[in-house]
Amino acid sequence: MTEDAISAPRRESSLIRFVKGMALIRESWVGMIGLGIIFFWVLVAFFADVLAPFAPNSPGAPMTLPGGPAIDGTSVHWLGTDHLGRDILSRIIYGSRQVLLYAPLATVCAYAVGIPMGLAAGYRRGLTDDVLSFIANVILSFPVLVLYIIIIATIGASGFNIVIAVTFASAPGIMRIVRGLVLDLRNREYVFAAETRGESSWRIMMVEILPNARGPLIVDSCLRLGYVIITIGTLGFLGLGLPPPDPDWGGMITETRTFIPFMPHMAVFPCIAISSLVLGFNLLADGLREVSLRD
Amino acid sequence: MLIFIARRIGTMVLTMLVVSLLLFLLLEINVEGVAIKVLGPYTSEEQREIWLEDNGYFDPMPVRYARWVGNAVVGDFGDSVRFKVPVSEILPGRIWNTAILGFWALLIASIIGLFLGVVAGMREGSGLDRTVSVGSIVTTSVPEIASAPLLSALFVFYLPQVIGWGLPGTSSMASGFDWVQLVLPIMVLVLYDFGYIARMTRASMAEVMMTHYIRTAVLKGLPYGTVIRKHALRNALIAPFTVIMLQINWLLSGVIVVEVFFAYKGFGALLLEASLNQDIFLIEACAMVAVFVAVGTQTLADIGYTYLNPRIRFS
Repeated sequence: MTEDAISAPRRESSLIRFVKGMALIRESWVGMIGLGIIFFWVLVAFFADVLAPFAPNSPGAPMTLPGGPAIDGTSVHWLGTDHLGRDILSRIIYGSRQVLLYAPLATVCAYAVGIPMGLAAGYRRGLTDDVLSFIANVILSFPVLVLYIIIIATIGASGFNIVIAVTFASAPGIMRIVRGLVLDLRNREYVFAAETRGESSWRIMMVEILPNARGPLIVDSCLRLGYVIITIGTLGFLGLGLPPPDPDWGGMITETRTFIPFMPHMAVFPCIAISSLVLGFNLLADGLREVSLRD
Repeated sequence: MLIFIARRIGTMVLTMLVVSLLLFLLLEINVEGVAIKVLGPYTSEEQREIWLEDNGYFDPMPVRYARWVGNAVVGDFGDSVRFKVPVSEILPGRIWNTAILGFWALLIASIIGLFLGVVAGMREGSGLDRTVSVGSIVTTSVPEIASAPLLSALFVFYLPQVIGWGLPGTSSMASGFDWVQLVLPIMVLVLYDFGYIARMTRASMAEVMMTHYIRTAVLKGLPYGTVIRKHALRNALIAPFTVIMLQINWLLSGVIVVEVFFAYKGFGALLLEASLNQDIFLIEACAMVAVFVAVGTQTLADIGYTYLNPRIRFS
């Protein structure tokens, strides 16, 4: 506790500083639009039970056009129904839950694996770095989707397996970024000071280096989240996603794509949903980068 | 320079070997599983034993791997379970189809991306620059699984209703090769890919425009067009070259989606079909081809970069 006694003016807690840093996003209108879109979808996912006019899997009249009446005569299918008569609006609303559950989960797992690898490679250098970098190179030499298809086709399609596949395929990329940042940061004076104090190398990596590498990582995580959403959607589209009948945006597109030449509305709305969510994360990433470069 | 090229190619071969080992372990470590996948689930224990014995599956692991690699190098990947013919008979035609699709998509995406990037980077911070930046974020946010249905809906459903002209919605080439059927798939791929090239070109161009030699060229009174053409472009286009080469790796992912969506008989659709049907020899062949293309373009990008960059070339 002597350290506290010595330390001069009181600093705000790291959480408050983090929130204040994040609040800078207000200065970028692009970032604010992105944040707005994400916030919208989070609310939709959270209040899905209240917002959705129908149950996601309950059948009605098939292929109703947008705005058409439901069988009960009073309610309306605002975005129409699909080939099995399920309300598209309700399925999109419930589908947002799947996306906003698995995409952040998979991204967090990928970072949980990639960050320690990058820290070790960048800080320890030498053999550790060589081995980890080679593993990363091998995994990154696969075209991304090829890797996903092979993994999922081998271990089977489920939400949990998608998280595993995303972690496996994204961790090397994260490792490379972290490694690059650490190579720059490890020669700073505060790291030397910590080494002189005799702190353990993991403590130096996690407490001294990692917090100072957060800026680029936050931007990267937004872009990566957008990309993971695309990946989950694409796997659903290819029939390797979450098992039916529960709504999944990619699956909704692939189920109805054969009807596009005469009934395009069934596929169009899920397409808009997934694109808008990805756009939200990409705009937020651009705004964050702009703000972080400013100061 | 030669030593560098030799080292890069050495790394490439090593990467390919490790990848092949991983694939082999993932797909063939369970010998019984291989027999079930090849002979089908309704075969007897004895049939599988005989098949495994005949094909040397009871040899030690390293022997089997060495034999597999040896055969793969000369292009013999075994017989496809699904198509009942040697893999080497199906693969070349499919690769050629995908090469046509990928070539045009990459060419058009590069032209649009480079042009927009240069124009935006020339005047950093201008209205045009912001428009290109935000516009490219928007187009790269629409994944192929969304842009393919959206563009199909537009060109196959709405446009024929409005102006009586549209595009075919499939590219199965049922009655011979048809360029018109390639328009929509290429459009989808270009739409997703050009934005990234534009952003990278813009960053590179903007960086070059800040350098002293550009300021000198402007101050000594050269026409603006000459400054851009002779001084800026040559240096600004080095980085985008690498980006475009590396883009091939990403393009391959998009190609799978587009080929499946438009029923185009290409390599990506074949890979997916093989994976969904557990056609292991075909999966191995496709994966090795995909990785070879990806690693090969990476190597070319590295070598090309050192060749293009005079600071490295003359050192």
